[in-house]
Amino acid sequence: METKLLSEHYHQDDFQNLAGYKKQGGYQVLAKALKMTSQQIIDEVKASGLRGRGGAGFPTGTKWSFLPKNNEPRYLLCNADEGEPGTFKDRLMMERAPHQLIEGMIISAFAIQSAKSYVYIRGEYNEPIRIVEKALREAYEAGFLGKNILGSGFNHEMDIYAGAGAYICGEETGMISSLEGLKGQPKLKPPFPAVQGYLRKPTIVNNVETLAAVVPIIKDGAAAYKKFGTEKSPGTKLFSLSGNVVRPGNYEVPLGYPLKDLIYKLGGGMKPGKKLKAVIPGGSSAPVLNAIEAERATMDYECLAQMGSMLGSGAVIVLDDSNCMVDMLGNLTHFYHHESCGQCTPCREGTGWLNKIVSSIMEGRGRLQDIDLLVKVADNMKGRTICALSDAAALPVLSFVQKFRDEFEYFVREGRSKVRGISYAQMHH
Amino acid sequence: MFQLSNEGLTKVKKELQRYESKDSAIIPALYVAQKENKGWISPDVIHHLSQVMDIAESKITEVFSFYTMFNKKPVGKYHVQVCCTLSCALNGARELADHLCHELKVRAEEMTEDGRFTISKVECLGSCGTAPMMQVNDRYYENLTPESAMNILRGLK
Ligand SMILES: Cc1cc2nc3c(=O)[nH]c(=O)nc-3n(C[C@H](O)[C@H](O)[C@H](O)COP(=O)(O)O)c2cc1C
Ligand code: SF4
Ligand code: FES
Repeated sequence: METKLLSEHYHQDDFQNLAGYKKQGGYQVLAKALKMTSQQIIDEVKASGLRGRGGAGFPTGTKWSFLPKNNEPRYLLCNADEGEPGTFKDRLMMERAPHQLIEGMIISAFAIQSAKSYVYIRGEYNEPIRIVEKALREAYEAGFLGKNILGSGFNHEMDIYAGAGAYICGEETGMISSLEGLKGQPKLKPPFPAVQGYLRKPTIVNNVETLAAVVPIIKDGAAAYKKFGTEKSPGTKLFSLSGNVVRPGNYEVPLGYPLKDLIYKLGGGMKPGKKLKAVIPGGSSAPVLNAIEAERATMDYECLAQMGSMLGSGAVIVLDDSNCMVDMLGNLTHFYHHESCGQCTPCREGTGWLNKIVSSIMEGRGRLQDIDLLVKVADNMKGRTICALSDAAALPVLSFVQKFRDEFEYFVREGRSKVRGISYAQMHH
Repeated sequence: MFQLSNEGLTKVKKELQRYESKDSAIIPALYVAQKENKGWISPDVIHHLSQVMDIAESKITEVFSFYTMFNKKPVGKYHVQVCCTLSCALNGARELADHLCHELKVRAEEMTEDGRFTISKVECLGSCGTAPMMQVNDRYYENLTPESAMNILRGLK
């Protein structure tokens, strides 16, 4: 069973429109919020324990309180770049419930006293862009945006910015560069965006799901929100389930939900005759779990961290026993090599080396020492760069090699896949 | 020499006013121009945009070359982008892309002789739960098989 705190009405087509959204109580939470003080909202969000849903899981209320305590203009940016392989929940949220996001954003903007916000949506998302644009027009017409919102004296303008294809623009400082009209290259932190972000002004960047979750938190209060989930991971989360399962899709469950129930009960389990082999539990950057670990894992920040992986964006990618792990790692190293923005040597060179070494193994030119070389290169990419992409590229490599080393060794020795029995040339024509 | 249509020019002018920083209009302007230039950005597009926007060519070039959605060479009337990243690969996306190339007798990233199609293998498009998928120009097609994908392409005018 799902617990639909956010997604209860996503199946209703009219929920996309202002009228349908209002029928379900839409924008009443905004009215309530505007009668509170900004500090009360921040305190409520802090007390709810809400953690960022974009990947890093940073406590949202705490992030908001890093803003300087003065009257300097500040910006709110919604991160709708959604590029982490396996993740497709923000797209659903924007397509099915654009007003929920907008309402959450206005409340959050009021909390941090921001007069201007942007929704940064990846450029390929034509449909979500169209839907959010329409919803923004409706919200302006109804007086939820603009001057003196609902007679509260609070002014807020909101607009959209469409990206143009670059995973790195999902990284918050890369996103800020992109919004400023530059190459989407990340900037060194500190200064953190909350102190110096968009146009060097204090800026809060939050994920779509984080901002939408502010609505139920202010509606029913932090205590009600904390009834869901675990102590360290309160609330519900949308998990994007994909890969080799019978019923892939987005499922909203309380944090702490057993991974095996997500795969078997909600996702319908494996296809006939197939066995579970591995799960990437938090988007492609999260270290892989083997089947035994997957049986034990619960979907919360602390359990996955303790297992050496992470909850990340909540993208659960399921691999069955027909897959060659060398081939699949090659798929990921190709991705990171393609997406490195090239600013930092360890990342630019490292992602290239990783991809080259895995390719050479697959093409039958690998040596046994190349497996250790993979580990060495990956180790050298960690913690030495401007942004976390370098680490994100290294972690899958280390976990794949550690947990499925026999497949790498077999490929080197025999020149073909242990699982599929064929060579790379046969796999890919 | 490329020139924006009047409508395109109006759009670009509007984008120049829209954001706090003028440079933020570069991406939106490149989109408008690419649509009017058969789906790609040629050097004369950048020259023209630089003049109408009063932004240095080098700045526009830098942005243009950073983002994958701006095409660096001519593409077919239908630009078919098949996601081949992990979740899609687990569901046969790479075989699907190869099937399309085979049927259309073209290599990935190259244009068919009649100029109708370019097949590209791209990274995750946020459609991982409905894999395999392809994007044809602005539109997503999901839950494909090699055959259904080919039928969709054949049905395009
Ligand atoms: C390489 C990279 C890609 C990222 N991509 C995204 C993304 O697509 N969407 C997102 O919300 N956060 C992404 N993040 C995380 C953001 O930097 C940032 O932490 C997040 O947007 C903050 O919002 P939250 O606290 O609400 O999660 C990415 C981080 C890195 C290092
Ligand atoms: S770590 Fe990689 S992606 Fe991040 S800034 Fe450095 S080169 Fe760019
Ligand atoms: S992996 Fe193909 S759309 Fe995400």
